[in-house]
Amino acid sequence: MTITLESTHATHKERKWTDYFTFCTDHKVIGIQYLVTSFAFYFIGGAFAEVLRTELATPDPDFVSPELYNQFMTMHGTIMIFLWIVPAGAAFANYLIPLMVGAEDMAFPRLNAVAFWLTPPGGILLLGSFFVDGGAAQSGWTSYPPLSLISGKWGEEIWILSVLLIGTSSILGSINFVTTILKMRIKDMDLHSMPLFCWAMLATSALILLSTPVLAAALVLLSFDLIAGTSFFNPTGGGDPVVYQHMFWFYSHPAVYIMILPFFGVISEVLPVHSRKPVFGYRAIAYSSLAISFLGLIVWAHHMFTSGTPGWLRMFFMAATMLIAVPTGIKIFGWCATIWGGKINLNTAMLFGIGFLATFVMGGLTGVMLSSVPFDIHVHDTYFVVGHFHYVLFGGAGMGLFAGFYHWFPKMTGRMINETLGKIHFALIFIGINVTFLPMHELGLLGMNRRIALYDIQFQPINIICTVGAYILGLSALPFIINVLWSLVKGEAAGRNPWRAYTLEWQTSSPPAIENFEEEPVLWAGPYDYGTDSELIDEEESVDDLLAAVGSPSK
Amino acid sequence: MKIPSNIITLIIGVLITLISLWYGQNHGLMPVAASEDAKQVDNIFNFMMTIATGLFLIVEGVLIYCVIAFRRVKGDQSDGPSIEGNVPLEILWTAIPTVIVFILAIYSFEVYNELGGLDPITSRDSSPQQIAMHSHHQVALGIGIYGDENSNNPPLIVDVQGMQYAWIFTYPQTGIVSGELHVPKDRPVRLNIKATDVLHAFWVPQLRLKQDAIPGRDSILGFTSNLEGNYPIVCAELCGAYHGGMKSVLYVESPETYAQWEEANKPVQEASLDETVAVNTKNLSDGQYLAPYAQEMGIQPETLAQLTSQHQHSGHL
Repeated sequence: MTITLESTHATHKERKWTDYFTFCTDHKVIGIQYLVTSFAFYFIGGAFAEVLRTELATPDPDFVSPELYNQFMTMHGTIMIFLWIVPAGAAFANYLIPLMVGAEDMAFPRLNAVAFWLTPPGGILLLGSFFVDGGAAQSGWTSYPPLSLISGKWGEEIWILSVLLIGTSSILGSINFVTTILKMRIKDMDLHSMPLFCWAMLATSALILLSTPVLAAALVLLSFDLIAGTSFFNPTGGGDPVVYQHMFWFYSHPAVYIMILPFFGVISEVLPVHSRKPVFGYRAIAYSSLAISFLGLIVWAHHMFTSGTPGWLRMFFMAATMLIAVPTGIKIFGWCATIWGGKINLNTAMLFGIGFLATFVMGGLTGVMLSSVPFDIHVHDTYFVVGHFHYVLFGGAGMGLFAGFYHWFPKMTGRMINETLGKIHFALIFIGINVTFLPMHELGLLGMNRRIALYDIQFQPINIICTVGAYILGLSALPFIINVLWSLVKGEAAGRNPWRAYTLEWQTSSPPAIENFEEEPVLWAGPYDYGTDSELIDEEESVDDLLAAVGSPSK
Repeated sequence: MKIPSNIITLIIGVLITLISLWYGQNHGLMPVAASEDAKQVDNIFNFMMTIATGLFLIVEGVLIYCVIAFRRVKGDQSDGPSIEGNVPLEILWTAIPTVIVFILAIYSFEVYNELGGLDPITSRDSSPQQIAMHSHHQVALGIGIYGDENSNNPPLIVDVQGMQYAWIFTYPQTGIVSGELHVPKDRPVRLNIKATDVLHAFWVPQLRLKQDAIPGRDSILGFTSNLEGNYPIVCAELCGAYHGGMKSVLYVESPETYAQWEEANKPVQEASLDETVAVNTKNLSDGQYLAPYAQEMGIQPETLAQLTSQHQHSGHL
């Protein structure tokens, strides 16, 4: 293993911009590759969302045809899930985990590069499917048969292929994260002195490894039905479409946690630093990630309360789903207690951190409501659900993603971000999310179903509000892009540890050298030792000075 | 950790409770409830809204308070207090959601049971015998109460068929076929839901009931509406490009109006079958089918019988 590491690193001692377009095995390059790719797809998926909302400003299908609407709707969901949020989680994990545990690289650097390089082809393939005969897949990101078997055969087949590619990528990535976290920590760091982001990624990776293969199996069978004429799910040949739903949701419910857990980890890093307090209840937050991961595996049928499931099954899945509120509640209360009494620095990263708490709690509460079977039967497949999961995934995971982005931008680039533009970005996102997604709950309760290009005229006023909100969200991309480009060139130099944080990634230069640390880092404090007498490393102080001060044994 | 004095905490607690209780009952977010079942669902929604409002106010309140009260003074580089946790507090906020979740689960279970969710006929998966009887369709799985066929208020049975992009309602008791669903007020209704092509979902928001129509399976939905009116029937499961246009109307009428509608829409009675020109030939034997023509052509019935038996005989060979 050591030999592999050395030989791969020996080839690029100096970072060149071209490295970002090659099969580079440095985890930091791969992290950036993931991040940039995922944001490219964020803008594409976002543009699709604007098309959908423009269409929905009026009750008639007058902006795009209903077929095209369904294609955009399917692609919006697929891109935002598989090509934005999930790879963005992988981006942070790739960049941060080796730094946080004090390793030189991931456990399997080449596998890591392979995992990344499966993603762009998957995404390009998916976008290319718009131009095949019959257009892109149009049966929603769920691709329920029999509809997926009869609408746009080639688009659907390409959709399956891309999701398989991206799924494979995330399985390979997870193997790497688990091994790196468990095997490559520096010797002083036990599991309980590991940053919470690592705990979150451990839980996420376990979930990916257990559930993604089932999705792959479902999609392969669906693909057989589609092109080989088998009848696994096709009722005309005796197949059962409900079986597909079970297999699909066995992955896709956990997928929700795959999308949000990494950002739970990000929030656990951002809040303590910017409120200068230790995270409240470290172990409770760490273990609750594992609890969510476990419970996440046994709740899938709550997506199928109306699709003909036996009564006892609905009751079991209702109880299991509600139970997730407990570990999630522990986290939310723990984070609130973390900032309570602190010295809060309201910079952009922290604003997004608090914005995460403020909007995610809304998604959490409606999530508990949805778990109640009698109520879920009313709102299943309506805009109430659309509102709910956008609060969880955009208000939660998305906000968490931006919090992490602003928090680690100085580490990744060596430059500080422009705070004013950052705050404008936050304001637009925060207003946009609430204006777009809050009224959707009411739409769903009143009777507007989801995935429709044409609707009843009585719903128009609320839909106009949602569309205005969506335009505000679209506008928020502007200050964000300007800020990133401007700060990359003109941002203030960040130095080693601008936030005066305790986790290991801040012990090295910004951006870190190719092999991460000049010398093997030492744990001189826990990851969140704020308010104790632990000495902080800052840019004036070299590692050697610190070592001398702490009196740590030499390596 | 700085905690406001007890009195202020108490006042805030009482205020949050009062606001939650009021909003939980007066949110006005739901459409009209057209049945007792719908009212039950509304009750559980109100209960959840009460709790959710309380929790929402607490969390958002804490966040807003923190942002205002604990902002870093410019130039202050010191840290906050090093509080790593508080076991009694953590036990408290683990216990409270656990208790809430238990109460909610039991309450939901009760309502679900009242809706007939655990009714053996609607909700249990079919036994092997039943599958044998219904070789083409797996019977099962729905929700709602539709009463007993032998009671003095027997259910109105309607076969519902979902297809791209329409609902077809067949009344097997009267033979009526309609694109709209008419039911009398206060009479239990049993819908046998099928789908011909892809998945659909039968949903009437005012009844708070929804059931997927699954190709290859039959599902059942039962309800008793107690409020006259016209309610939308919506397809809630993505079924293709014009999914949004797959709509119909549920008319809940007084028994008299319903009887009038039934009378006006009944198909021509069986007694008049003889006069009809087009006869379904599938159910007739060759002899019966040929009989009218035989008379015209002057062929003896005996010859015909002979012919038929020969034909059948050869058919068996």
